[in-house]
Amino acid sequence: MIVSIASGKGGTGKTSVAVNMALSVGNVQLLDCDVEEPNAYLLLHPEFKRKEIVYTSIPKVDRVLCSSCGECTKFCQFNAIFVASEKILVFPELCHSCGGCELVCPKKAITWEKYNIGTLSFGSTDGVDIVQGELEISKPLAVPVIKAVKKQIDRSRNVILDCPPGTSCSFVETVTGSDFCLLVTEPTPFGLHDLRIAVEVLRKVGVPLGVVINRAGIGDKKVYEYCTKEDLDILLEIPYERRIAELYSKGTPFSLEMTEWTERFQMLFSKIKELSAR
Amino acid sequence: MKQLTVLSGKGGTGKTSITASFAVLAKNIVVADCDVDAPDLHLLLHPQINREQEFVGSKLAVIDKTKCIKCKLCQEKCVFSAVNNDLEIVPIACEGCGVCKFVCPVGAITLVPRVSGKAYLSKTRYGSMSHAMLNPGESNSGKLVTLVRQNAKIMAEKEKSELVVIDGSPGIGCPVIASITGVDAALVVTEPTMSGIHDLERVLKLLDHFNVVAFVCINMYDVNVANTKKILSFCEENKTEVVGTIPFSPEVTQAMVIGKTIVEYSPKSGVSEEIRSMWSKLTEFLGVDNYNT
Repeated sequence: MIVSIASGKGGTGKTSVAVNMALSVGNVQLLDCDVEEPNAYLLLHPEFKRKEIVYTSIPKVDRVLCSSCGECTKFCQFNAIFVASEKILVFPELCHSCGGCELVCPKKAITWEKYNIGTLSFGSTDGVDIVQGELEISKPLAVPVIKAVKKQIDRSRNVILDCPPGTSCSFVETVTGSDFCLLVTEPTPFGLHDLRIAVEVLRKVGVPLGVVINRAGIGDKKVYEYCTKEDLDILLEIPYERRIAELYSKGTPFSLEMTEWTERFQMLFSKIKELSAR
Repeated sequence: MKQLTVLSGKGGTGKTSITASFAVLAKNIVVADCDVDAPDLHLLLHPQINREQEFVGSKLAVIDKTKCIKCKLCQEKCVFSAVNNDLEIVPIACEGCGVCKFVCPVGAITLVPRVSGKAYLSKTRYGSMSHAMLNPGESNSGKLVTLVRQNAKIMAEKEKSELVVIDGSPGIGCPVIASITGVDAALVVTEPTMSGIHDLERVLKLLDHFNVVAFVCINMYDVNVANTKKILSFCEENKTEVVGTIPFSPEVTQAMVIGKTIVEYSPKSGVSEEIRSMWSKLTEFLGVDNYNT
């Protein structure tokens, strides 16, 4: 089963929920898809045994064959290739690797070369295998790195995906294909506002979902009212406790020190299994 | 006119609460909410929308079923898997590259402008605000960020504002890059947690790459004083000025619940004092006369 942990708003506790659940349920493959800021390893402390570079493909123009006709420039919707008279410029950070320039080139002057945009790291700890994606700093496109992480999914395991914040393409890329998505929110106006958008996206993508309320006790009751109105299951509440915040700040998953939570995360996982089977 | 971007790397460290407070403290600034896929600034500043624009960030392929001969070439050539088995375009996957249109032997595919969100030009009780809303699940957030910044610039010029303050999004990817190119300074709001530190380091590298002067604010510094010390010494080594250390206070959430900034809700609190002192340091660096006690 594949469960993604997402939020809309950043900093609501996605990674904390993902890691504590991973440590509680066993036979887990945890994929850190928050490739702009991967943080799960800071709580899990795995030993990374292997790394792989993530590449995208970018066009390479053969200057001898190129007749400077400019068809590729005209075709490219992303302004990633510029050919005019003597000049040929490729902007790798704008290229979406769609292959269009090669198709339209009448001189067959375009081939492809690899462009490094990130790294995959593989490690394990306490029965959890972790695959981490990391976008290289200054490279804008997170989606290809997320795709590379998701290629590593082993469906025979309990797969947990730690999603990036937000509700745009990176989020959609991560949650697509999941059997269930857990949205972690906090009971504040910001938490509620971003939860609404995330719910809307998930319904569009067609992934079943449930809610975890983190830092319960702060803020107000509007998130609860919203969940009732929208018929969303609140599967777990984690109270705001200084101890939990402090453990997180030190890089310790709180279920390791507050062991009553292990069972709660196991129950959460069984509930998810039940709901996604519906 | 100067531009300041508030960033964090890690989400939920307090960017928006701080940006909104700056808007209240300032005399005459324009604020721009560039967290376009999860914008929250409006929940504290309550803008009145004066004008809205449709945002067209890309194109979308459309297949005319009456012309389609089901050859499946489009499906075969689409690297984004945006053509499903019924030979329909899946809008959420389509990036509008035009490959399908090019390969279609019968001209059944067209590219149409894709409305991916809305941009707003608004007034708040403290001045002008530029903001936007990306439609749920859409891409092109970087381009929308650029539009929001252009709108903010236009408003600032019109109103002779000295400064645009930009509320950025978490992460280091395309919307973040779009929110820092060409700005005069960035304030990175972090928290004393392992992830806060890790994400701070990545954002500082990004700012360095784009030659943007960085300042740091440690929010909720008292949640882990040892980590706060680590951040302070890290910043000292990297010659990055820490302009504020804000204590944890439940009042920030209480203010948010009633839709106010902390500097309005509890102006005498330690949090508000620290935000005012930060604002004074930042405006001094930027050389703008914007400090309002």
